[in-house]
Amino acid sequence: MANATMNTELAPPSGRTSFRRSFADRRTLGNSVLTGLAVALSLIAMFPLFSVLYMLLVKGGALLSPSLFSELTPGAGMDGGGIGNAVVGTLVVVGISTCLALPLGFMGAVYLAEYGGETKLATLVRFAAKVLTGLPSILAGVFAYAMVVVTTGSFSALAGGCAMAILMVPTVMLTSESALRAVPGKMKMAAFGMGATRAQTVLRIVIPTAIPGILTGVMLALARAMGETAPLLFTALFSDYWFEGKVTQPIASLSVLIYNFAGSPFEHQVALAWAASLVLVSIVLVLNVIAQVATRRPEEH
Amino acid sequence: MNTQEVSPKMITEKRDSGRVSGAHAVGAASADPGVVMDCRIKTLHYGNFLAVRDTEIPIVANEITAFIGPSGCGKSTVLRSLNRMNDFVNGFRFEGSVHYRGQDIYAQGVDPVAVRRSIGMVFQQPNPFAMSIYKNVAFGLRLNGFKGDYAERVENALRGAALWDEVKDKLTTSGLSLSGGQQQRLCIARAIAVEPELLLMDEPCSALDPIATRRVEDLMLELKEKYTIAIVTHNLQQAQRVADRTAFLFVDTSAGGRTGYLIEYRPSAELFEDPREERTKAYIRGEFS
Repeated sequence: MANATMNTELAPPSGRTSFRRSFADRRTLGNSVLTGLAVALSLIAMFPLFSVLYMLLVKGGALLSPSLFSELTPGAGMDGGGIGNAVVGTLVVVGISTCLALPLGFMGAVYLAEYGGETKLATLVRFAAKVLTGLPSILAGVFAYAMVVVTTGSFSALAGGCAMAILMVPTVMLTSESALRAVPGKMKMAAFGMGATRAQTVLRIVIPTAIPGILTGVMLALARAMGETAPLLFTALFSDYWFEGKVTQPIASLSVLIYNFAGSPFEHQVALAWAASLVLVSIVLVLNVIAQVATRRPEEH
Repeated sequence: MNTQEVSPKMITEKRDSGRVSGAHAVGAASADPGVVMDCRIKTLHYGNFLAVRDTEIPIVANEITAFIGPSGCGKSTVLRSLNRMNDFVNGFRFEGSVHYRGQDIYAQGVDPVAVRRSIGMVFQQPNPFAMSIYKNVAFGLRLNGFKGDYAERVENALRGAALWDEVKDKLTTSGLSLSGGQQQRLCIARAIAVEPELLLMDEPCSALDPIATRRVEDLMLELKEKYTIAIVTHNLQQAQRVADRTAFLFVDTSAGGRTGYLIEYRPSAELFEDPREERTKAYIRGEFS
């Protein structure tokens, strides 16, 4: 009985099924509304990025010129000058931090992915790294201040590099670990099957295969570190002069320059802050593009 | 010491000096000089799980030996115990012996890495490395510290694997850019580049289409002139087509577990046309799989 009733309800009255799309159908309506909502909200999410880029181009683009990169920061109330020392300084500080963070993070990742597995030590290291990724950057600055600035007795590029490195290590470690883990087990088995030792398998197969993913992690960490201001205020401080190869002296950086000049009463310094922001964002953008291109793998069947 | 004794160089010399044709080695016992690898498994455990018991398969030189049997009968496990690939499985324990070139590869002090260097392995899934075709083939040579002419050895291996003509103009492209069948032949080339005496193949065609399968089968028949091959297959026709000898393994569920053991190991023609055991007959007739 029940079956018979069901059948009569399902069949359209005319005895013919309609395939026309109709918004009277709740499923069709719900589907369209959700699609529209998703598109609208993702456009809204993109809005801040493009409005920031637009503002930077409008306000900072006017000052873009070769002299912007070749001249020192001007003193208060002076015209001209550039941000050359800050660009160099940012690259130096990030370079130092990469030299410190890359070996630590990378070797840590190799340990986690290939040797540690799920042992207690590995679990602890992984947990610590995850906590460190959420560390407020100002605390990294305070730490480097206590460890380097206080002990050496001066603000320095080295101290800035240390603060940045603390921020970079966990990102490098965790992204490299997932890149190493993404190497197919069957490739490792092939190497073992040929009589490769674990070390040979890691060095010749796992790491080379994971390089694109590791590079992405490093680039992301670099991009994040480059924009950090707070850790540098306590460590690298600022300098109105060119970097002279001494990492034990204070050094200029784009982010601190923006922090200093954006609040300045002098219009020219504010304009330079806009230009510096544009340059900083461009460098970060280029790093991200490099990371994307590096990740591209040959086509696989 | 062990490394010395199983180095590919030594094996090449041995093979060149004293090869025994497989044709004369029917019904080989372990003392038979034609036996390359004498596999005698008493028990093989994974933790508390008894995976294989009572399986003795002497593998004869320049023959193709096939392991067949229903799923879970441990045929892959037996194959992997021949080059100690099971060592990677947690809780693996082995009782018995596998004699290869006069020594038990499970004896104390044997380095599994050295064992694997002289025994080639081809896996179920094609697994080339993410590097160029040339480097894939040269990988084993580099591992073994080969000092001779790499280009020549790579070419010979690729010719041996019937892949040379298809890839000779693109040796620097990634091995991963090849089709599935080509990838598997690349893996065979990689395995034979170091001229192993014995080649283990674990269902090498199960991920391939019928045409690629036939190519790999033809290749196996060519390769047995120079090498000895042990192959696991779930394809009975394949065993019939290529194998000189076939081992039929079965699952014993009587003790509550799933333990594989050898039922019958004979020349393929006899095993397929006139099986002695009831279970072999039933399996060949396709009554279970």
